[in-house]
Amino acid sequence: MNGMATKSTTVERARAAAEPGTLVLLCLAAWAIPGAAHFWLGRQQKAVVFFLALTAMFVIGLLLQGRIFPFDLSEPLVALAAVADLGMAIPWALARMAGQGAGTVTAVTYEYGNTFLIVSGLLNFLVILDAFDVAMGRK
Amino acid sequence: MTSHLLLMVLFAFLVSLVFAALLRDEPREQLRTGAMMFGAFVVAALAMGWLMYPLPL
Repeated sequence: MNGMATKSTTVERARAAAEPGTLVLLCLAAWAIPGAAHFWLGRQQKAVVFFLALTAMFVIGLLLQGRIFPFDLSEPLVALAAVADLGMAIPWALARMAGQGAGTVTAVTYEYGNTFLIVSGLLNFLVILDAFDVAMGRK
Repeated sequence: MTSHLLLMVLFAFLVSLVFAALLRDEPREQLRTGAMMFGAFVVAALAMGWLMYPLPL
């Protein structure tokens, strides 16, 4: 009975979130903080997993001396990596403000750090799409 | 922390965790999918490593 109540609450939240203005806010929240949109939609377990795993990946990437790439359009691969890094909006902004993410090319772990940073951003883009699908009632 | 194997395992664990949560709704299913994905990542990485061992020829 309790499970049914929880499920109907989740469905109601998803229905309410399907309005265009709310959808935009939902996607912005998901982009800013990994898992925020799933929390909003009543999927707390997934929200906690996304928040912890993606934030951990981003922080590990920084600790491994990875680089937060700049938007350098003269080098397309660097620009694409910059877009991927930006998938983690608030952690990205905090790292930039704290002067982190300069990257040390000579460090043994530099490429690993880049991989963790880039993949955390790309995975958060998938999480945003998932939240959108949930809000639209497709999942 | 400069062990390549440890970093690869850590990366595989975190990516599997996120994909399992994305693809499955039930905790039991998530655990199964995540474990399978993690195993596949690690085995594939080790196999690729050994295949590339003789390179450059």
